[in-house]
Amino acid sequence: MTDVEAAARQVMGWGESARRPGRDPVNLPMVRNWLEALGDASSAYAEEAPPAMAQVWTMGGLHHTRADDDPLGAMLAVLDEAGYTSIVATDCEQTYHRYLRYGEEVALAARLESVVGPKRTALGEGWFVTTRNIWYVGDEPVAEMMFRVLKFAPAPAEPPVEPLIRPVVNRDTAYFWEGTARGELRIQRCEACGELRHPPGPMCPSCNETKPGWLVASGLGEVYSYVVHHHPPVPGRTLPFVVALVELDEGVRLMAELDAPPDEVHIGLPVRIAFAAVDDELTMPVWRRR
Amino acid sequence: MDAAIVGIGATEFSKDSGRSELQLAAEAVKDALADAGLRPSDVDGLTTFTMDANAEVAVARELGIPSLSFFSRVGYGGGAACATVQQAAMAVATGMASVVVCYRAFNERSGSRFGRVQTAAATAPTSGGLDNSWHYPMGLGTPAASVAMFARRYMHTYGATSEDFGRVAVADRRHAATNPKAWFYNRPITLEDHQSSRWIAEPLRLLDCCQESDGAVALVVTSLERAADLPHPVARVAAAAQGSASDQFTMNSYYREDLTGLPEMGVVAEQLWRQSGLGPSDMSVAVLYDHFTPFVLVQLEELGFCPRGEARHFIADGALELDGRLPTNPHGGQLGEAYIHGMNGIAEAVRQLRGTAANQVSSAENVLVTAGTGVPTSALVLAAT
Repeated sequence: MTDVEAAARQVMGWGESARRPGRDPVNLPMVRNWLEALGDASSAYAEEAPPAMAQVWTMGGLHHTRADDDPLGAMLAVLDEAGYTSIVATDCEQTYHRYLRYGEEVALAARLESVVGPKRTALGEGWFVTTRNIWYVGDEPVAEMMFRVLKFAPAPAEPPVEPLIRPVVNRDTAYFWEGTARGELRIQRCEACGELRHPPGPMCPSCNETKPGWLVASGLGEVYSYVVHHHPPVPGRTLPFVVALVELDEGVRLMAELDAPPDEVHIGLPVRIAFAAVDDELTMPVWRRR
Repeated sequence: MDAAIVGIGATEFSKDSGRSELQLAAEAVKDALADAGLRPSDVDGLTTFTMDANAEVAVARELGIPSLSFFSRVGYGGGAACATVQQAAMAVATGMASVVVCYRAFNERSGSRFGRVQTAAATAPTSGGLDNSWHYPMGLGTPAASVAMFARRYMHTYGATSEDFGRVAVADRRHAATNPKAWFYNRPITLEDHQSSRWIAEPLRLLDCCQESDGAVALVVTSLERAADLPHPVARVAAAAQGSASDQFTMNSYYREDLTGLPEMGVVAEQLWRQSGLGPSDMSVAVLYDHFTPFVLVQLEELGFCPRGEARHFIADGALELDGRLPTNPHGGQLGEAYIHGMNGIAEAVRQLRGTAANQVSSAENVLVTAGTGVPTSALVLAAT
């Protein structure tokens, strides 16, 4: 049995909570306000209040706190603790045993009926928590409500459906990817004239020599421009994400994903290179803030 | 240049053509030849984009074109559009062919969508695949994102805003709204619509991005002498130019000193004005490639309509509208009419010179047309005389 199920069994064992009295007796001013808010112009409620107002008479007001023996509150706390932090109401079914008359004092009791789960839903994995509220006048039940919520752990953003696009690597570019695998950011340097260059190529555009070498860059730079990608999906990425073109301290630019919240990125942001191993063959450079 | 566009043809522009790309190509070529008053047997040259899926010989087979003495293709995506006419004009001017048809046909919405990540582009064992390997695997894998990287820097440098980009979309969509052939016929947008449209690749919103379309366009090019015997007023090729610039990449020229210009369009502009003997102020209409709004602003600067960084001021007071200083994309552009890789814009330029456009600019004498931006590109100046 899971912790959640054990806790549910315990709370169900409490049975019905103590009855919590409403703040005011059933009264005409509140009925008027309620009818107005619902746009109901009916004058049928001169003697008796609308049955659907059952909940209204025991609402705790703006600053209310749940009673310690309130089963829904207790169960929600358990589920919060277990990581099911989000909530959505799914079902509500009310039964009215009779009309309420003005001046009657209403009290509410509640019990936990079931906790079912964990269920996989579109919102995420969660538990369906069903409680029953019973409204009393004296010892007479006058209305009931079955209330069901889904208490869930929000599903993580949709995982990438396709693997990352892998780079084409040839003899002109292999040094770069061998470098990332070793945790080095390598920038092409012409062995003849010393010109730095990225992206690399086989012939130096400055001196036309075919003697490419490389140096290990500091990995420090600043964001020169960036994009926050929202749509469409990109293989291997979770949306949205930031791609940054970074000007290295060495003076050349290099693009990579920037691991930072989009609203904290700006041109000029100081960044440092990091490396993320995809598998034994491929390690991607990634920018991080510094 | 001794060449003119004498026929224009197209299919309808849709999101689902319901037929093969080869059929679209054949229909557009047939339509263009009929418009030119020529027969398939008159054609001896065909030219298209390297990206087009329809071989010249396949198109020739469908039309029953008996023989071809000239066939060629131009690379770099939408940058090829005006260069197909340049190829045709050169073939005609040098006598390699007498009637050349330029075509572009695709199911770019119902088939392979360009707006999606084109994994094949990044995995090809070519110099292009290697270039893309510095970008696609890093997460920059769509045309919108590629342009957004430039747009962010442009905004940072010159103070342009998303609203400035939006004004381009609003003008295009206003024009499309009164062009019955446009996908967005009767559907104009406001700047507020633009500003509330969702992010695609920040700083680009949905309404900064052109459509994905199914359709085809074909253009018939022949000599001025032969053009004189054909039914329509001449659209003379007054200038035709291609351009690439220093440290050029396709969509990702991020390693130049500056990221706020389109120097390849500057290379084109210099040739256009030199060849034609005309200048920006002589243009009655401009058809500027508008796959994404920011590059319309940059083109205005590169082509000399306004100083660098000032396009947002140039367009602020309605300059791009039909009655503005530079009526631009009267057909609605690729944001409003359809995205046929720039070829529908050339057809619009011809209609403007003939006086038959849906949104006709009065006494259009010279029309500028540009091709894809952010890539090695091309452009034309077409003239009525």
